Amino acid sequence: MFKFISALFCLFVLTVAVPVYASGDAEKPPQQEWGSNGILGTYDRAALQRGYKVYSQVCASCHSMERASYRNLADLGYSAQEVKAIAAEYTVVDGPDDEGEMFERPALPSDNFVSPFANRQAAMYANNGAFPPDMSLLVKARAGGADYIYALLTGYDEPPHGDELLDGQYWNKYMPGHVLAMAPPIADGMVAYEDGSPETLHQYSMDVSHFLAWVSEPHMEARKRTGLKAFLFLLVFAFVMYGVKKKVWADIH
Amino acid sequence: MSTQNIDHNDDGETRRDFLYLTAGAFGAVGLTSFAWPFLDSMNPAADTLAMSTIEVDISPIQEGQSITVVWQGKPVFIRHRTAAEIEQARSTDLKDLRDKQVDSDRVQNEKWLVMVGICTHLGCVPLGQKITQPKGDFGGWFCPCHGSHYDTSGRIRKGPAPKNLTVPNYKFMNDTRLLIG
Amino acid sequence: MSGGERAEFKNPVVSWIDERLPVFSLMQKEYGTFPTPKNFNYFWNFGAIATVMLVLMIVTGIVLAMHYTPHADHAFGSVERIMRDVNWGWLLRYLHMNGAAFFFIAVYIHIFRGMYYGSYKKPRELLWIFGVLIFVLMMAAAFMGYVLPWSQMGGWAATVITSLFSAIPFIGEDLLHFLWGGFSVDNPTLNRFFSLHYLLPFVICAVVFLHVWALHVTGSNNPVGVEPKGKQDTLPFHPYYTAKDTFGLAVFLLFFAAVSFYTPNIFAHPAHFVEFNPMVTPPHIVPEWYFLPFYAILKAVTFDIGIPFTDVVFVSAKLGGVIAMFGAVFLLFFLPWLDNHPVKSARYRPLYKKALLLLVVAVLALGWAGAQLPEGLPVLVGQIGTAYYFAFFLIILPWLSKNEKALALPKSISAAVLEENKSKAQTTTGTAT
Repeated sequence: MFKFISALFCLFVLTVAVPVYASGDAEKPPQQEWGSNGILGTYDRAALQRGYKVYSQVCASCHSMERASYRNLADLGYSAQEVKAIAAEYTVVDGPDDEGEMFERPALPSDNFVSPFANRQAAMYANNGAFPPDMSLLVKARAGGADYIYALLTGYDEPPHGDELLDGQYWNKYMPGHVLAMAPPIADGMVAYEDGSPETLHQYSMDVSHFLAWVSEPHMEARKRTGLKAFLFLLVFAFVMYGVKKKVWADIH
Repeated sequence: MSTQNIDHNDDGETRRDFLYLTAGAFGAVGLTSFAWPFLDSMNPAADTLAMSTIEVDISPIQEGQSITVVWQGKPVFIRHRTAAEIEQARSTDLKDLRDKQVDSDRVQNEKWLVMVGICTHLGCVPLGQKITQPKGDFGGWFCPCHGSHYDTSGRIRKGPAPKNLTVPNYKFMNDTRLLIG
Repeated sequence: MSGGERAEFKNPVVSWIDERLPVFSLMQKEYGTFPTPKNFNYFWNFGAIATVMLVLMIVTGIVLAMHYTPHADHAFGSVERIMRDVNWGWLLRYLHMNGAAFFFIAVYIHIFRGMYYGSYKKPRELLWIFGVLIFVLMMAAAFMGYVLPWSQMGGWAATVITSLFSAIPFIGEDLLHFLWGGFSVDNPTLNRFFSLHYLLPFVICAVVFLHVWALHVTGSNNPVGVEPKGKQDTLPFHPYYTAKDTFGLAVFLLFFAAVSFYTPNIFAHPAHFVEFNPMVTPPHIVPEWYFLPFYAILKAVTFDIGIPFTDVVFVSAKLGGVIAMFGAVFLLFFLPWLDNHPVKSARYRPLYKKALLLLVVAVLALGWAGAQLPEGLPVLVGQIGTAYYFAFFLIILPWLSKNEKALALPKSISAAVLEENKSKAQTTTGTAT
């Protein structure tokens, strides 16, 4: 009976999981070893901080991250003072003041990340009509998640023979349809690391993908911890109930 | 029925009772711990808590002026008191007060009076922040809803309010910046 | 329900209340001493499991609604605020999201059990009809819930599914604007979906009450499909089935917890994490998995129906698909009359059993086809699956009702249980020696 039910369940899962990769002709991104994988996976704080550095120095010039706020950076291991200093580097428009005027002030930890463009239209206008997607949920909004981000960042290549590209188009092995409007964003040595990690495209891509995974799912660690407790509790409860059921039914069969 | 059998039954019964109790306890503990996330979700969320402190630049406030800032969704009165107001607040006899509190317990720096601007009667916002507004019989604030009069230290002097205006947690970060909350 | 026999209670408070309003007597009668066939297998757990899932959906839903903003400009952001800032918000949302999926899993197994053991047959036709009604209401509630996060997937699912109504001749277009409250899926649509999404679960509760009431009038069916002949065939519901149901529930919740905590987004398409943009359609729109078989039936009708070799069209492909899809659901209401074979359980109907298991295969194949782009093999699979689905209900069942020769039925439930225990004992001694 349970075999039958779990078989049904597996079939359901398959039917659901298959379509995610069913579309597009792009290669499936290879799986990377993330510290966040597994039942008790956690984010690597040092990698997150490096990833934030890559995001803020490279990605943030085009990509917004409007669902996250500066105070969330405390999760990366920054102190309250550091978070405040990071936030203060940005300017937000607030108001109206007593005279009815809007005014600019330095961002506070409670503010959301400041977007590079005022709105979608401005972002598209500045980027040849292509909209740089918001990054707060990007890892969850792409099939393949962090693996896909890493693959995309490292998957730029010359187009295969016969594929002609227009101006402002680039070819990527992992992009669905292969053609995208984003130039290769990072290269070796572009961002300075203070902790001695290699300043390579590979390392930058790993770190920023890890960081984006965190922004998409900041409560992953709490979720897995709670999950383990809930699962173990239910497991023991199931055993106890099995005992109770056996005992109750003992005189029947 | 032999004695052995009865013993056997007793054992069985104890074991059964034990199982039932365990199952019941598990169910109760499980349901109770499961209820916590639902209740806790109604507490202030992280973004709300992040707004629970504010910093105020008090350098532009001249002596005799007041400003109102919003803190946790409530008005906070910050008044730069004049020497006369300070004198009046300090010289008041405790006997005349409903909610007995000396002025020095209500301020950190006698020049600056910081209070939550919510009448302790039924939650209206008292008048007296603007020069054009009535300040009540004691030169402080006057609540128009039910006629409570507060003095220059924000203490209740007349009317239905039971308590002095609340002083929030705050500290001077330096001479010109105030951290409330 | 009024009057009736009252039970004795030792507790004076309970007794006092019961004399005035016999709720305790009612509980005692319906869930304490209620005579239940003694031969249920674990398939009979899923009714109770589905009820628990309904309660879980309502409880998580009520709390989520405290944090959700049903406005086109704020809905997506408020859901993200739940995920990021509200204490335990991620848990509530994941339980609600995956709870819907597991509610459907439980209900699909429950429906399968009803079909396999003939639980829809006389005298339980009305019980079955209430069940199908619950299923239809669940689909409506789930569909509207899918739209509320105002994501690309939700918004476009709303556009596509409501546009089905435009296939209705003459009034289609006006009906569509009525459903939308405007000329496209927008804030008014979101608002009414939220209102109805909050209302429908309580309607479902009411129908569940009728469903259970009807069950308690006729009594439960059982795996052999022979009605209980006396006390020797039944057991009091408590403690026998309370214990068994709770055990089954705990196992089911293990699966539910594993998915909700470790792969919470497995049922969610990536486009569910992009805010709705009415100007950009995502390349591939799929409904939630529990709708996929019906979605495949919709896509299976790729041809106009009319007089062959002429331009005369009676039913366009679009309308045909819509009729087929809704027809596939509404057919279920008539199941008790499409199959009126006197034997209930598929155990004693080998042909029906084969046909039914083939239907399960067809529905799973339809589910697969529903998730694919509508070209090539998936269309063919969808058409074969659709053809079999309708043939099963409209041709095979009526034919089998008349012609299938059933195996010999056991004399009673007790006789069947004894027989089963004997063969079990034989196999165990057989392997031991």
